Amino acid sequence: MTDATRLDRRDFVKLLGGGILVVVHLPRSAIPGLDDLQQRRGYPEDINAYLHIAADGKVTLFSGKIEMGQGVMTSLTQMAAEELGVALDAIHIVMGDTALCPWDMGTFGSMTTRMFGPAVRAAAAQARLVLTDLAAQRLAVPRTALTVENGVVSVAADRGRRVSYGELAKGQQITHTVDEKAVLRAVKDFSVMGQSPPRLDGQEKVAGTAKYAGDIRFPGMLYARILRPPAHGATLTRVDTAAAAAMPGVTVVHQDGMVALLAADPETAARALAAVRADFDVPAPAVDTESIFQHLVQAAPPANARESAGDLAAGRAQAAKTFSATYYNSYVAHAPMEPHTAVAEVKDGKATVWSSAQTPFPQQATIARALGLAEGDVRVMTPYVGGGFGGKSEGRQAVEAAQLAKITGKPVQVAWTREEEFFYDTFRPAAVVRVDSAIDVAGKLTLWDYQVYGAGSRGSDVFYDVPNRSVKVYGEWGRAPEGFHPFAIGPWRAPAANTNRFAAEQQIDIMAAAAGVDPLEFRLRNTTDKRMVAVLKAVAEAARWTAGVAPRKGGRGRGLACGIDAGTYVALVADVTVDAATGAVKVDRVVCAQEMGVVVNPNGARMQVEGCITMGLGYTLSEEVRFEGGKILDANFGTYGLPRFSWVPTIETVLVANDDLPPQGGGEPAIVNMGAVVANAIFDATGARLYRLPMTPERVLAELKKV
Amino acid sequence: MSETIRFRVNGRPVTLETDATRTLLWVLRTDLELTGTKYGCGVGLCGSCTVVVDGQVARACQTSLGSVQGKAVTTIEGLARDGTLDPLQQAFLEHGGFQCGYCTSGMIMNAYGLLLRNPKPTRDEIVQGMESNLCRCGAHTRILAAIAAVAGRREASHD
Repeated sequence: MTDATRLDRRDFVKLLGGGILVVVHLPRSAIPGLDDLQQRRGYPEDINAYLHIAADGKVTLFSGKIEMGQGVMTSLTQMAAEELGVALDAIHIVMGDTALCPWDMGTFGSMTTRMFGPAVRAAAAQARLVLTDLAAQRLAVPRTALTVENGVVSVAADRGRRVSYGELAKGQQITHTVDEKAVLRAVKDFSVMGQSPPRLDGQEKVAGTAKYAGDIRFPGMLYARILRPPAHGATLTRVDTAAAAAMPGVTVVHQDGMVALLAADPETAARALAAVRADFDVPAPAVDTESIFQHLVQAAPPANARESAGDLAAGRAQAAKTFSATYYNSYVAHAPMEPHTAVAEVKDGKATVWSSAQTPFPQQATIARALGLAEGDVRVMTPYVGGGFGGKSEGRQAVEAAQLAKITGKPVQVAWTREEEFFYDTFRPAAVVRVDSAIDVAGKLTLWDYQVYGAGSRGSDVFYDVPNRSVKVYGEWGRAPEGFHPFAIGPWRAPAANTNRFAAEQQIDIMAAAAGVDPLEFRLRNTTDKRMVAVLKAVAEAARWTAGVAPRKGGRGRGLACGIDAGTYVALVADVTVDAATGAVKVDRVVCAQEMGVVVNPNGARMQVEGCITMGLGYTLSEEVRFEGGKILDANFGTYGLPRFSWVPTIETVLVANDDLPPQGGGEPAIVNMGAVVANAIFDATGARLYRLPMTPERVLAELKKV
Repeated sequence: MSETIRFRVNGRPVTLETDATRTLLWVLRTDLELTGTKYGCGVGLCGSCTVVVDGQVARACQTSLGSVQGKAVTTIEGLARDGTLDPLQQAFLEHGGFQCGYCTSGMIMNAYGLLLRNPKPTRDEIVQGMESNLCRCGAHTRILAAIAAVAGRREASHD
């Protein structure tokens, strides 16, 4: 893969017009936990950043990360401003441009802040040192006599003797490489980090001027529509494009298995597509929405033993009560409001592609391969991305646009329709979880035998104190054999963790109820993890939790669930009302306590918590992709139910302080408990236990009848 | 079939020689290069393309060009005056009523239309008025707070 040092540094500096450039190439040991993370799928091979101070004092931060709503444009700039000693608005950030930014694996896994953040901070801290040294020479004082404020270095005892960063950078051609941990500012000295400034992307977004991939225009650009099969696995047997080709202004491309219709406006291209006559051979469906679970267990590849300790037989022998349950969840769509879109131009052997992408650099490589170009001849640029949630990693639409641009010799936009978006989405996988567990007479866990099929390992780690335990993962997403899932699956906001916490936190609740113990007390009795205890206590206090054994019934209930994700500890309490006549569940309130180390931007962190809770209502209550074999039955929002305004509960967020820990992930943790916390609240309200996601009114009603 | 369509967009007169059956959304986005109005679903179910036509909210993806003949269309680009944001845009900014921003134009335009017909909505009326607009990032609570703030109601701040 691309080496950061391969970057044409001299050219780069020349391009930037001199000044001071700090390049960060951190050793892996500088990133705690990276090796462990890399054992899982899809983590960066390299973490880098550039920071440039131009001769005019302009500071630019170059990052391969992208802004898709999670607020990192602001938080990364805050980190750089803090360490460099300049105001937030003194820094310009360039993101997701393969020609200008350092190589980056992609924006996912809640890694921007906890993994990339340290690199940005180190670069800025190094730049500050370089500038301070230059100032020491210029002012003829030792470095220790100097102080930095708002981009000006002055003599602490004589503030009139001063020089600005711009003056210092003028005429310099300095490149520094940071390859060790720089000394970062202490939390108590923060003036930019730990604050909640207005988001840097806000003005453009409320004004309607923010550019997304579909808003990019090239002169003479064509809009393309592509013939799609009716089902995954279908093959084109006959196609007749004559009627489409006869339409004025329509270009037909039929090459390499792709049939595309192009025109100067999207409606003409759509009409041309509608005029195409095509037959497909559709294979008979092997699995569907209901039979998939049996299939996942039967077709599972050998297990990956994620955790193994003690002796399961001994755990059973010590048990006063044993519990066995199986949990299910269906496929779920990412459904970002912006469908996949790309605009490409191929000219003089070079491709320029604007793509709605979480992974501009991997897409650069994919496009280069597809077009037979060198990677350096492909430039991928990522403007604002209209939501990703893990779904904008593959870049199929960018390859399509680039291929069509090459074939037609004109710039081409490929913007998927909502139906295409639902068809080619890399869904969150359907999954089955089997849990056998046990407690002794004191209500302490003696056994945890956990098997997950179809999802993956994230969120399956056991943080309860259970001596005899086993966690087995069958068919981790991204590693599962061909045909295990009937169509593409991929990462979905905290991949696998939503599945695993839905099962694990219900299993805990089932045991608490059987033991006649309050759910909070049961969890505290079975964990000594200090960070977990802290968030459990914090959420209980904020939710005004009073001890009681579930189910208390009466149609209203409360639930509790907790977990660890992306280095962050999180506990939720939910209050729900269940309509016994219809089975409809209304989530009235969700209280979240989250401990995420140093908080870079408190308001941004709360926005992510609220987003997680609101988005999480969907997979919890309504969202599932129905299918017959490779045919996707839910193609738009009419049948695929996203959370709406009337669903939204009162949300209260408590950020539990822990300034001893560097910043941890914030974009995903709060969503992982949504399924379990609502299921546990439904149980408290009704005595009915829901083992399958989503918990639709029909499924709730069916379980209510069994109570 | 080409004909002459005259209407106003954000206060400016527009004359187009084009097919009246074309969809307003694509005319705005392509011919007029007003890209703030977004495609989200194409069938009027998500609200990303919401604009205001003669004071009424309309889904631009379900509106034919011919139907706006002689009318006044307001898009997100038409709310700010001389570079100053409309109070509703300002409230979305201050309350953080957006994340990825893709649904934001439609949210603001839908709320704008809601406040035109009901300047003092209750919280329930705001919820009902916004119910057909989808946001995937989950900015809902802040969008409600932003609209309520403009509607003259006091809401607890978020920080």
